[in-house]
Amino acid sequence: MFGFISRRIAMALVVMFVVALISFLLFRFVGDPVNQMVGVETTPEQREALRQRLGLNDPVLTQFFRYVLGAVQFDFGNSYQFKQPVADLIGRRLPATLELSFASAIFALLLGIPMGVYTGLNRDSWLSKLFLSVSLVGISLPTFFIGILFIFFFSVTLQWLPSFGRGEVVQIGSFWSTGFLTISGLKAIILPAITLGLYQMTLIMRLIRAEMLEVMRTDHIKFARARGLPNRSVYYVHALKNTMVPVITITGLQLGSIIAFAIITETVFQWPGMGILFLQAVQNVDIPIMAAYLLLTAFIFVVINLIVDILYVVIDPRLRTERSRA
Amino acid sequence: MTDNTPTLSGSEAHEASRSALARFLDSDLLHSFLSSKVTILAAIVTVTLMLSALFAPLIAPFNPFDLAQISIMDARIPPIGMEWSDPRYLLGTDDQGRDLLSGILYGMRISLAVGFLSVAFAAILGITLGLISGYVGGRTDAIIMRIAEVQLTFPAILLALLIDGIANGIFGNIDRETWAIWILTFSIGLSFWVQYARTVRGSTLVERNKEYVQAARVIGIPAWIIMIRHVLPNVLGPVLVIATINLALAIITEATLSFLGVGVPSTQPSLGTLIRIGNDFLFSGEWWIAIFPGLALAILVLAVNLLGDWLRDALNPKLR
Amino acid sequence: MSILDIRGLTVEFPSRKENFVASRNVTLSVDAGKILGVVGESGAGKSTVGNATIGLLEHPGRIAEGEIQLDGKRIDNLDPESMRKLRGKRIGMIFQDPLTSLDPLQTIEFQLIETIRLHLPLSKAEARAHAVDLLDQVGIPNPSERISQYPHQFSGGMRQRVVIALALCANPEVVIADEPTTALDVSIQAQILKLMKRLCTEKNVAMVVITHDMGVIADLTDHVAVMYRGDLVEYGESKQVLGVPKHPYTQSLIAAVPRPDVKVHRFPQVDYIEGSAKPFKQIDISTHWLGKARDYKPVDGPLLSVKDITMQFLTKDAWIRRNRQYFTALDKVGFDIYAGETFGLVGESGSGKSTVARVITGLYHPVGGTAHFAGQELTSLKDKKQVLAMRRQMQMIFQDPFSSLNSRMRVRDIVAEPIKFHKLANTNSEVNQIVDDLLEHVGLGVAAAAKFPHEFSGGQRQRISIARALATRPRFLVCDEPTSALDVSIQAQILNLLKDLQDELGLTMLFISHDLAVIRQMCNRIGVMRHGQLLEVSETEALFDTPKHPYTKELLSLMPSMEGLSRSNLEEELA
Repeated sequence: MFGFISRRIAMALVVMFVVALISFLLFRFVGDPVNQMVGVETTPEQREALRQRLGLNDPVLTQFFRYVLGAVQFDFGNSYQFKQPVADLIGRRLPATLELSFASAIFALLLGIPMGVYTGLNRDSWLSKLFLSVSLVGISLPTFFIGILFIFFFSVTLQWLPSFGRGEVVQIGSFWSTGFLTISGLKAIILPAITLGLYQMTLIMRLIRAEMLEVMRTDHIKFARARGLPNRSVYYVHALKNTMVPVITITGLQLGSIIAFAIITETVFQWPGMGILFLQAVQNVDIPIMAAYLLLTAFIFVVINLIVDILYVVIDPRLRTERSRA
Repeated sequence: MTDNTPTLSGSEAHEASRSALARFLDSDLLHSFLSSKVTILAAIVTVTLMLSALFAPLIAPFNPFDLAQISIMDARIPPIGMEWSDPRYLLGTDDQGRDLLSGILYGMRISLAVGFLSVAFAAILGITLGLISGYVGGRTDAIIMRIAEVQLTFPAILLALLIDGIANGIFGNIDRETWAIWILTFSIGLSFWVQYARTVRGSTLVERNKEYVQAARVIGIPAWIIMIRHVLPNVLGPVLVIATINLALAIITEATLSFLGVGVPSTQPSLGTLIRIGNDFLFSGEWWIAIFPGLALAILVLAVNLLGDWLRDALNPKLR
Repeated sequence: MSILDIRGLTVEFPSRKENFVASRNVTLSVDAGKILGVVGESGAGKSTVGNATIGLLEHPGRIAEGEIQLDGKRIDNLDPESMRKLRGKRIGMIFQDPLTSLDPLQTIEFQLIETIRLHLPLSKAEARAHAVDLLDQVGIPNPSERISQYPHQFSGGMRQRVVIALALCANPEVVIADEPTTALDVSIQAQILKLMKRLCTEKNVAMVVITHDMGVIADLTDHVAVMYRGDLVEYGESKQVLGVPKHPYTQSLIAAVPRPDVKVHRFPQVDYIEGSAKPFKQIDISTHWLGKARDYKPVDGPLLSVKDITMQFLTKDAWIRRNRQYFTALDKVGFDIYAGETFGLVGESGSGKSTVARVITGLYHPVGGTAHFAGQELTSLKDKKQVLAMRRQMQMIFQDPFSSLNSRMRVRDIVAEPIKFHKLANTNSEVNQIVDDLLEHVGLGVAAAAKFPHEFSGGQRQRISIARALATRPRFLVCDEPTSALDVSIQAQILNLLKDLQDELGLTMLFISHDLAVIRQMCNRIGVMRHGQLLEVSETEALFDTPKHPYTKELLSLMPSMEGLSRSNLEEELA
């Protein structure tokens, strides 16, 4: 068990290392940082001095080391567009994105799991068919279009909910601003959260359904029935637990990608999160922000994956008694 | 026995091909297709949309790229049936006076082209790496799968945005029209290969241990021939399913990127670009500019998804 | 008064193409404390009878006619909820594969207590005590500790004991066991059978054992029902049915069972079964392409000589060499095979016998030892031409007829592939002619060439495999459990075919099987393997008469005795 977890942590570190490398290469070699920082009237000598000062003449390995050391301390350099530290820019917008992602993840899980279990167990009921049809429409409509439709109906036509922004926010400490504590903040998050979570919800639902169908065909379920166990116990004690390992894997991946998909939702709803910041960076070739965003999302992803791995061990006894894994 | 024909004799060949047709007509696949009305409808819609996109220059009332046909005077005309509508423009016009129907047909061309190309790119890359990974195993497998794992850390949309950003940084805005579509195809394709690789690797691991592969090895056939002649045809079923669903996903991703303004330039609008343009006019009441292209996109993707869904269930004997 | 009464049971599986009748008008009954065997080959409908009894017919199966009575009361028309309450409480069920029958994520304790408390009014503590007691009864050592373990911590045989405990935990009146020992090794099988017999008498349970294995029937049952294609063809006391079979199918089936105690030259032709071998098209081996297989240069001494072969598999990978862990599959195995003989390797699963086959045919590379074939060292061959020349002389027939043929290729292409690859014929027409002749020769006929493998039965596919193996014109044939996936009557046909081909073509064979009786029919000399080691090598008759190694003696003692089986057809074939 310890071996398994430590192997996964090692893997996570490798992933972070690779991402850091990509991110550094981006930072260092796509576009010339010096050109971005100075005006046209700067002389070659001044440029060279700046190069020297920024350490761009050091060996690449040293630079990479310095970059990683900086990143660990949340120092990602200055944004080209805003001439401000990237960490500050991202830090100011992080709460908005995390709150949006959290709300939509909760939405996706709370609806997706029960719907998946229901449709897996009641294959032929009309409600299952309805869920499946709706879910297919859900994954066929692009997120941004769903957002546009929501705005069109609920904001423009019905005027029930705001179409952009976070509403009123409350500052907690110096790092965090939350929209969860005001009515307007809560109203503002409804449409974006549903827009963002809908796709994940349908995926989770369809996945659980598929796994449920698969598990219901296994021998041990047949044997559980042959022992006379009632459906309740066959479904929720034996079947559900056995679907959990694959479900947790994919769900982990999906939740990780919510942060990335937030870019779209934030654009549609003008949600002041780091997704918009990243998009602007892509359009304006603001490499330091791109690199930092990349590192941050990878980090969140890796943390989620580690949690997933620990959950595996909790659920599956075969991993606890350290056997050679295939 | 020198008078024997080189291949199957005529009647035998005929029987073989006839029985292939008969087998197809009697197959569960065809039966399950014909017994699902939704699937038939989805197939008809898909084929119709694809054909009309392919022949857009022949059937579209206008050429939206031809500046001579566009007049700013015709801008933002509502669709037929509304006040101020113009019979020339069935679905109305956009902000520059382009016919929306023509724009949708031409836009679908670009969306579908990017979709097909990126799926083909992802499939070829993924199948190759998956086959090698699964068949060769060992270190090669470990390395390919680790790369796949790292790649999975970046969701498709993020990867595509990054690649676009990098391309922006390298090429600048020069000649954007020429490289944008290729970068788009490349970045979407690159973000999808992992799924093919993992699936093909999984099936290859199963197939590799089957005795027909061992029999081929005992005969002395080299590994690469076994991979192509024996293993590949047996792992293509799931690939077909993924490719269909990926086509839908690729179209969505392209539209999303174009919507975000990093996809195809607005001089060659795809469906996503049209929606982005329309989005600005949503609040001023000109809803059709965004909604019609959006519906076209949704219908296309839904039809392809329905086909993919059916295919997955039909090819999975366990679910029957 | 019998506990379980099945009367005129007909079960149908309606589908798009046909209404498949899985069992037709079957009438059976079992008394308390007695064991009824239901025997038949695949597709006989024997499992359907069991599943129908316990109300777990798979979709879309349904009972079309007849009734099932438990202790005088009809149960086939019960509503699902009452039927569920009956399962486990009054009728227990045991399935074939102990590795998949238990929920891998719950402890044995959880699964036992859950079932016990469902059916018996016991407190949690009482249920646990009962569970421990049950585990003790089914022969699990140290039950009070092991009860808290998970299924994967038990071996296959132990898991089957847990499954039996679960089936018995509410003291059911009837237990249905569907192939309870098929997935187990011979030695474990004998223990489980003994356990079942004991529990049946002790608990006065009526038991229905569904099996394809005549040995199980002969050892275990009081009564036997023989089924063929959904019909009950013969039913009566086991002694009577096995000793003096009346129905021609039963006679054929019994005649096809390989006996451990006698050696026959050929199995009696089983003519009742459809699709049995058509006569060969006679080809003149002396002039035919295939006959050139006899033209190999004779060798001095053994054709194949294996010395100290050691094989290891990586079980735990690591980047650092010394952290890797290995499993030793073969430990210094050595033997000789002489031209024209059949050498047998016998052993239980995991003994390494199949690994030997794969090392010899070049599928695995051993970590140590040498193998000489016709004077050439095999394991160090580097030159491509030499490797191919070697591959051509040596072919292999595999165990699983369903996976040993590429389902995407036509039979013609499957058989032609080796001929074309080794360029053994000059023109396409010649290749086609050879393929046709080969298919005829293995008893399939030319029409088979244009079809795909899935259009054939298991036995026919095995014939295709044999044709493919012959297509390189080999002189050495490795047969790895070639018949263990086949029904006994089909097995007899395939074994006869192999014997005929050997006589005709002068083939040398390595024949691998877990079944001593089969080995005895086929081999001149036999090697016994266990845990990767070759324990002894003897002439066949000597091995059966005077086994040297204690393990061989044990294996021989565990063989089901087929003494009660009729020998009427065998006498004339005795060698």
